[in-house]
Amino acid sequence: MGVFRLTYKSYGKSAILIEWPSRIDEKICEDVISFKNKILKNNPKQIIQVINTYYSLTIIYDSTINIIYDVVLDLKSLYEQEVDGEITENYRWEIPVCYDPQYGIDLEELGSENELTYREIIDLHSSTVYTVYFIGFLPGFLYLGGLDKRLHIPRKSNPRLRVEKGSVAIGGAQTGIYPSISAGGWYVIGNSPISFFNVNAKEPCFAKAGDEIKFKSVVLSEYHNIQSEVVKGKYKLKKSKI
Amino acid sequence: MIRVIAPGFFTSIQDLGRFEYVDIGVPNAGVMDRYSAQLANHIIGNSPQDALVEIGLGKTILLFEKETIICICGADFSAKVNEELIDLNRSILVSKKDILTFDKPSYGARVYLAVKGGIQTNKVLGSRSFYRGITQQALLKKEDVLPIENLKNAKEQRNASVKIDRDHITDRNLLVYPGPEYELLSFKQKTQLRTVLFSISSDNNRMGYRLEGVIENDLPSMLTSAVLPGTVQLTPSGRFIILMRDCQVTGGYPRVLQLSEMAINKLAQKATGDKIQFILERQV
Repeated sequence: MGVFRLTYKSYGKSAILIEWPSRIDEKICEDVISFKNKILKNNPKQIIQVINTYYSLTIIYDSTINIIYDVVLDLKSLYEQEVDGEITENYRWEIPVCYDPQYGIDLEELGSENELTYREIIDLHSSTVYTVYFIGFLPGFLYLGGLDKRLHIPRKSNPRLRVEKGSVAIGGAQTGIYPSISAGGWYVIGNSPISFFNVNAKEPCFAKAGDEIKFKSVVLSEYHNIQSEVVKGKYKLKKSKI
Repeated sequence: MIRVIAPGFFTSIQDLGRFEYVDIGVPNAGVMDRYSAQLANHIIGNSPQDALVEIGLGKTILLFEKETIICICGADFSAKVNEELIDLNRSILVSKKDILTFDKPSYGARVYLAVKGGIQTNKVLGSRSFYRGITQQALLKKEDVLPIENLKNAKEQRNASVKIDRDHITDRNLLVYPGPEYELLSFKQKTQLRTVLFSISSDNNRMGYRLEGVIENDLPSMLTSAVLPGTVQLTPSGRFIILMRDCQVTGGYPRVLQLSEMAINKLAQKATGDKIQFILERQV
């Protein structure tokens, strides 16, 4: 059953944009993902892509939409339909992170800006269970919801030209992991040895929208052990069904 | 095989792109000017999915190490086989040891070279399109070797050629639709969008084209949402960026216009300093 009042807009001639109230909100995010799953289950034939974000779904069709009214009507009725049973399985992933200042190059600045000790930052960051809202920006970049308010900090006004792969960082009300080297304006507080995007893997990114992420603090020596196992393809990520 | 003797500045392998991994943030990529690429494939009887060589500015020299049939569409970069100018939009038989060169641009920004059966480089995530971080390389380099199929029958080369309306490449008018945030624009901003002749800045590539000029802008930035190739974003500093085939899957700037598919193809043939005008079609 649909819970929110949605707006439907055409986005060019072959895409439709569905919008929820524009805010970061777990309830909205869950509803976006559940509607997306319904659409994919129901009618993927003419649909090339469905892109979900915090508060929107964009449906891209393989050709020009002739009568947008009809397509929207179908979508509206689909939104109101009950679904039987679970459509997808989601997991909680345990992600090792080394918060050593060697990697957490902005820990000191974040600490002084937000009046937190090094220990408090790590505890706040690694005690939360984060929800994967969607994946965008870079292949394998997870948009995570649930960051503790005490860790919120505006993005840097001068972005770094190079942020290392695996950097765990905070920007605004969000936290995330850089899956590859990139420019970036977030505060880097640690590094994870886990690969979030691997084109050669059967599933290039293990996580998907609706999954959960829990960070686990590891010391430098443990970080290096995990890293070498990851390189050999032997590291098994801890996961549990949710 | 085709051997790359000189790669030019922006030469890459592209097919129609990869669409199945958008959920994990993988961009579509694919040929910038689909119209020209599909035409080239069509003229030599290839499938629309076959990969081509997309050639940008700079001297490009390719050596054929076996006989095949080719077709060149899109921009005119004075294509020559063994120093002889050849026709565009025509099926051409090339022999082993023939040398194909592209040099002086006459019009357009991207040349498409279709080869019988398509370029057979490896597929990554379902596509041969080069993209940094997905495929091993983002651009062709000197001494690269491109696998191609053996030509079954040289008689397959028919005198196929097509008369092309050059407007596709030289016309400055781009058909656009209102983007999701179009209605947030002021009357003045909307008028500017419709009437200003925009110039393409030097900051233009497969990810996006930044336009010259600044307009007054006090739109708030928005929560990250989906963006598509052909989306025109208005940045906080009042500049327009038109996203192209290599664009990211999400973005946070207001999406004020959406280019029609044909407008994306036309824009792909524009280079620094070229002028464009948006022609807005109101949707019913």
